[in-house]
Amino acid sequence: MKVSTFLKKYTMILALVIVFIFFTVLTNGKLLYAQNVSNLLLQNAYVLIMACGMLLCILTGGNVDLSVGSTLCLSAALSAKLLSIGVPAGVAILVSLLVAAVIGVWQGWLIGYVHIPPFICTLAGMFLFRGFARVILSSKTIAVMNESFLNLFTSYIQPEGSEGPYNSAIVVGVIIAVCLLVFKFYSIGKQKKSGYMNSSPVGQIVKTLIIDAVIIAYTVLLSQYKGIPVMLIWILVVVVIFAFLTSSTVFGRYFYAVGGNEKATKLSGIDPRKVYFVAYFLMSFLAGFSGLLVGARIGSVDGNMGNSYEMDAIASCFIGGASAYGGSGTVPGVMVGAILLGVINQGMSIYGLPDQWQYVVKGGVLLAAVVFDVVSNHKTGKS
Amino acid sequence: MADYILEMKSITKLYPGVKALDNVNLQVERGEIHALVGENGAGKSTLMNVLSGTIPHGEYTGDIVYNGQECQFHNIHDSEKLGIVIIHQELALIPELTIAENMFLGNERKNSFGKINWNETYKQASEQMKRVGLKESSNVLIKDIGTGKQQLVEIAKALSKNVKLLILDEPTSSLNEEDSKMLLDMLLGFKKEGLTSIIITHKLNEVAYCADRITVVRDGSTIETMENPNHDIDEERIIKGMVGRELTDRYPAREHKIGKEVLFQVKNWEVYHPVYTEKCMAKNISFEVHKGEVVGFSGLQGAGRTELMMSLFGKSYGTKISGQEFINGQEVHLKNEHDAIEHGLAYATEDRKVNGLVLEDSIAWNTTMAKMSKISKRGIIDVNKENKVANEYVAAMKTKTPSVQQAVGNLSGGNQQKVLLSKWMFAEPDVLILDEPTRGIDVGAKYEIYGIINDMVAQGKAVIMVSSELPELLGMCDNIYVMNEGRLVGTFTAEDATQEKIMSAILSSKDKA
Repeated sequence: MKVSTFLKKYTMILALVIVFIFFTVLTNGKLLYAQNVSNLLLQNAYVLIMACGMLLCILTGGNVDLSVGSTLCLSAALSAKLLSIGVPAGVAILVSLLVAAVIGVWQGWLIGYVHIPPFICTLAGMFLFRGFARVILSSKTIAVMNESFLNLFTSYIQPEGSEGPYNSAIVVGVIIAVCLLVFKFYSIGKQKKSGYMNSSPVGQIVKTLIIDAVIIAYTVLLSQYKGIPVMLIWILVVVVIFAFLTSSTVFGRYFYAVGGNEKATKLSGIDPRKVYFVAYFLMSFLAGFSGLLVGARIGSVDGNMGNSYEMDAIASCFIGGASAYGGSGTVPGVMVGAILLGVINQGMSIYGLPDQWQYVVKGGVLLAAVVFDVVSNHKTGKS
Repeated sequence: MADYILEMKSITKLYPGVKALDNVNLQVERGEIHALVGENGAGKSTLMNVLSGTIPHGEYTGDIVYNGQECQFHNIHDSEKLGIVIIHQELALIPELTIAENMFLGNERKNSFGKINWNETYKQASEQMKRVGLKESSNVLIKDIGTGKQQLVEIAKALSKNVKLLILDEPTSSLNEEDSKMLLDMLLGFKKEGLTSIIITHKLNEVAYCADRITVVRDGSTIETMENPNHDIDEERIIKGMVGRELTDRYPAREHKIGKEVLFQVKNWEVYHPVYTEKCMAKNISFEVHKGEVVGFSGLQGAGRTELMMSLFGKSYGTKISGQEFINGQEVHLKNEHDAIEHGLAYATEDRKVNGLVLEDSIAWNTTMAKMSKISKRGIIDVNKENKVANEYVAAMKTKTPSVQQAVGNLSGGNQQKVLLSKWMFAEPDVLILDEPTRGIDVGAKYEIYGIINDMVAQGKAVIMVSSELPELLGMCDNIYVMNEGRLVGTFTAEDATQEKIMSAILSSKDKA
């Protein structure tokens, strides 16, 4: 691979590495403290999860869902309220997710089948669901104190009786790393059999080894803090499902097709209405799920929770290389975008940059990423 | 010594890795119609982009001498100032603006404060429209007039710029024969008034009809310039120059083996316009297609052929659809496109870029799009299998591409068309409807596509071919149905049909109506 194509393919990963190193130096290494590394993903759990759903919406043609911050708040408020009046955790969770699913059906139907422009439909949803959330909360703050609810989302996996360092985390990391490597060899074998190679096998293995190294390093740091957080598992479950959905399933392919050329997609026997419906349904459902995570992590819910969270999810997608016109973008790319945003946030907080300047930096990064994407694609289009 | 309005000398244009133009020389005499012919990707459009300043001076080497003066154009305004106007294949009109607004876009009639003088705008627009024979009011929106008339607006727009040298890139590719002839006659009229034109086209009968001289471009070089003083040049002679070999037969031979079984039958089909629901687009249509048969549909633009075919293909067009549809003797009620595909029907659109392909996606993705069940199990895609079948189709179709991962948008028109055909052949239909399968592609690629069609019917499938090019229908079809204004106005067998008979069927039906 030529240096220029390599740079282009992995721009965002390189940017992430550079930004990470930059803030590590700036904060005298504080960014690398086990606690900070562990918190990085937990603090951004809602971004990582909602960015998966937002990617689907964006794929269908650069459409976004503005209502997710409000849906998140509504789901969290509902859970908190139910828990506060003594409803068991399992029931509260089910009811909240059900409401999120109903919102998803509602918005998916309006956008897919009634052809309401997504921007307007979800703008209305943004007001509607925040309003409902405040009605449920009676404009108060409700604390979340149910133990089993909190345990389900915010505890750490710590074997009985052990006290840190939690080496079990490293064991899990190594097992995952080995599994990835074995799977890679298996898939290379399969590619050889079919007589079609995507890229050189050596390159594929090197790539896997780098990912393995990052995983093991990450679990080593986790073992020095409190072990593996349960929330990390929730994040991974969602991300893996969505990565698989978009890259390897027939229905995932439809999102790209509709975003690329809706008319051609329809004439190929694919119903675009269904594709829109599923995108917005899954988005709302993930927003509802994120509400549970955020509610548990913060430990209380108020009417302003989730304000502007939709913008974090949208920004992650665009920073992560999703096209503003739809039809292209991947879950791994979007995850890199979300983590990049998270590192910048955390780095600036640790460094102590005033809040107002943090906004300026975030805006600049988003703009730079999109400008870079458009300009570099334009150049390839010309040649 | 001839009086040259334009001489392009030793023009060379390099793209990274490709020599798009290699030492090209072109001489255009004042007051002539000069045709530029060549296969897709030969470099015709690049050459015209150099001339118009779209490719600015400095990005190519060589000289442009216009009216005896050496010129260096840095953008399209520089060339337009001197009266060189180019009309691109894809029309550059804005649908939501009026004819007059489009005509003076970027060239507005305004006073010194920048306020647009609308009276002057509409008056001047009407004058130019009269010259091209447009009877519409100049405040009609572009979207409300047909493609043929839009092409005329483009020409009127060029005239309003005081054009001396008019360049037309494929002006008739989306026009029917009648509109095409009208346009060419208009060019001949302007020629008498002293206008020089360069016309790029794939339609060789048009070249013979209107061009005074013909320059052949092949692989980025000018091969030869032919004289055509009496407008009777042999088309085979031009083809020989274009492809560098003689295509002895423009339509590959096929054993006509029409089966007895009726594969596809339509009875009393009727369809109405989706928006103007009173407007009937196809009325009382009945026809049948046998196994191993190529059936042609001829007619003028707007005859209702595309609308008919799309409504047959799972109601993808129109409202108030009625009539019966039979596949393999069974009556079917196709609810949507998916249903149609499942029943063995396929429709390859006339507009591959808008309705056919996802341009930013790869060849592999486009190939499998209409029948993903073949490369997946329980909804999970087998990527290796997908790439393998895509490679097989690339090989079978002779699609020119470095890999099946290539985005379809980066391919030439002919290769895109092959991907579109691959996609529908991959869906394994019994009946394949091809709407204008060779529009805007070069002679060599056309020949290959005809061969593919022949292979399909040899496998016992049936092909319905909608085309505006009569010679193509005559060369390929076993039976030809003629449509006009939504009705069937004639049926001919291959032996029976001639261009004259088909045209007269259309025209006489017009008289009746």
